Amino acid sequence: MNPTVDALRATFGSAIGRGLESCGDTIVYVAREALLDAMTWLRDTPQQGYDYLVDVTAVEYRDRERPLEVVYFLRSLARRADLRVKVELDPRGDLSVDSVVPLWHGADWLERETYDMFGVSFRGHPDLRRILMWETYAEGYPLRKDFPLRGRFSRAEQVRQALGANPEAHYSMEELSIAEAYDELPADMKERLRRGERGKLPDSE
Amino acid sequence: MERQAFSPRQADVLICAGRLPFKLAPVIRRIYDQMPQPKWVISMGACASTGGIFDNYAMVQGIDTIVPVDVYVPGCPPRPEGLLYGVLLLHKKIKGESLFDRVPRREEQLLDERGLRLPPEQIDEISEPFGNSVHQFRSA
Repeated sequence: MNPTVDALRATFGSAIGRGLESCGDTIVYVAREALLDAMTWLRDTPQQGYDYLVDVTAVEYRDRERPLEVVYFLRSLARRADLRVKVELDPRGDLSVDSVVPLWHGADWLERETYDMFGVSFRGHPDLRRILMWETYAEGYPLRKDFPLRGRFSRAEQVRQALGANPEAHYSMEELSIAEAYDELPADMKERLRRGERGKLPDSE
Repeated sequence: MERQAFSPRQADVLICAGRLPFKLAPVIRRIYDQMPQPKWVISMGACASTGGIFDNYAMVQGIDTIVPVDVYVPGCPPRPEGLLYGVLLLHKKIKGESLFDRVPRREEQLLDERGLRLPPEQIDEISEPFGNSVHQFRSA
């Protein structure tokens, strides 16, 4: 068992649920309200140093009594330690947790995928849209257990809706525009932009 | 076959060489629309022709619900000889055509503004599960 679990429990008390070991990996359950604090603590405490978020996903079990779990895979690159953090949600209730994008930017698309497939909404996510299915997809969340394998609509309706989707609508203009990232660009790239090599300068310049 | 051109605007034949998700349906329809007449379509393999083992929410059950198909090459995957035989069959089909024939494909009328080419009943009928997927568990 990873000693982080005991350290977490000492810090957050009852917000930390059971911890267990599975195939050599440690799993710890965290209450939804304490997730963001616990994740911040795990990342910023020097003895823990979980600086890398490997994956965010969710699991819904066939047993309807069991809660839906949002799973975070954490890794400390320096300590070579892994930790799996889980948050339990009621599949018939409010499916929302705090977004960890402020802590790890890499969580952006991972959380979008979890939202797309399971309908978990991440509070505070900067751009929570579908990522695999097209944006006008209206049949629901495909990886939920109550979702029929072949989809909710008839095949003809699915074909009709798919053909009506605009293939270029998958990227917002903001996503394609370099103007948004201008302030974070390195100096030489800013200089190239200033010379008009490529792209358009933001109006503020 | 003259040469391979990876641009729809100089192409004569569209070979769909695999499964087609619904997300790509408008894309393949647009590629097909960009090809100049006369044009032909080969559906290569079980997945392109019928959806194959992918009988699920995300996959088109046969590209003939999206674009008209001239030759279906069966197999999962088809043997190389199978694809060549499909091309030869297409040769044979073209030899039998005259420019003055009324070929339905040349004057295809779409049924609605979204680009549906078959009546919905027909799409539902040809997308029915068959073979093993009849026994597939369908929850809810």
